[in-house]
Amino acid sequence: MSGAGMRIGVVTFPGTLDDVDAARAARRAGAEAVELWHGDHDLRGVDAVVVPGGFSYGDYLRAGAIASQAPIMREVVDAAGRGMPVLGICNGFQILCEAGLLPGALVRNAGLHFVCRDQALRVESTSTAWTGGFTAGQEIVVPLKSGEGRYVADAATLAELEAEGRVVFRYVGGAPNGAMADIAGVASADGRVVGLMPHPEHAIDTLTGPTTDGLGLFTSVIGAAAAA
Amino acid sequence: MARVVVDVMPKPEILDPQGQAVTRALARIGISGVADVRQGKHFELEVDDGLDDETLHRIAGDLLANPVIEDWTVTRV
Repeated sequence: MSGAGMRIGVVTFPGTLDDVDAARAARRAGAEAVELWHGDHDLRGVDAVVVPGGFSYGDYLRAGAIASQAPIMREVVDAAGRGMPVLGICNGFQILCEAGLLPGALVRNAGLHFVCRDQALRVESTSTAWTGGFTAGQEIVVPLKSGEGRYVADAATLAELEAEGRVVFRYVGGAPNGAMADIAGVASADGRVVGLMPHPEHAIDTLTGPTTDGLGLFTSVIGAAAAA
Repeated sequence: MARVVVDVMPKPEILDPQGQAVTRALARIGISGVADVRQGKHFELEVDDGLDDETLHRIAGDLLANPVIEDWTVTRV
């Protein structure tokens, strides 16, 4: 397919906050943004899906746990199984982990403080659907705003992620939330599903964000679609 | 109806900063002798008498707990 006509779906759950910014980022990158509703079993023919940040279902039970069982997520999981690119940001990353699309889990920050700041990240992998437009080792700055952003996984999973190059983003200067191995984002084995705690959708315009670095994830997925 | 209790705890190797904060707060209210606190969740379920153990463990392992970070016990009371 051509990247120019790409349709990127953005899921809204009760308690989602960042769907509007995610849709704006998709449009700014040149795609059509398509609203997806949590209660629907319908992906509306989209070519990629963003699961945005917020506090879906009030973070009841565990962050992302209830949302991961929503009707739309069954469709997202099925589509990811067929290779559709999926990006989970912050609460979206937590949802993708709870849904089993990504390994590990996100838990309460070490030190308990909610962290809200512009954060430098190193792009560790450019072989995913969402990072192909970056250069390996490139440093980007995007906002981080989360209270449960500490990535954890068992030793075998961590070793597998490192060996397979599936650590996609790492915090520069140490993880502010205690994340294992300074991991800010990871990918699925096929590189089509990516999750990260920081917010690229808030860094697409210097009027409101620290940089425009975040746009690179959205232009990357369009580029990946154009190359396919 | 039968009553079932599911207790969910962070795995021992998972840092529990909430439990640590409670430990420190105990010292602040003048209580000594508490070396460590771990904070978990306690669920009480009213279930049909016929609900089998396999289903109860599915409830615990598929939803109430995240096996990546938490252990759980199921107890019929």
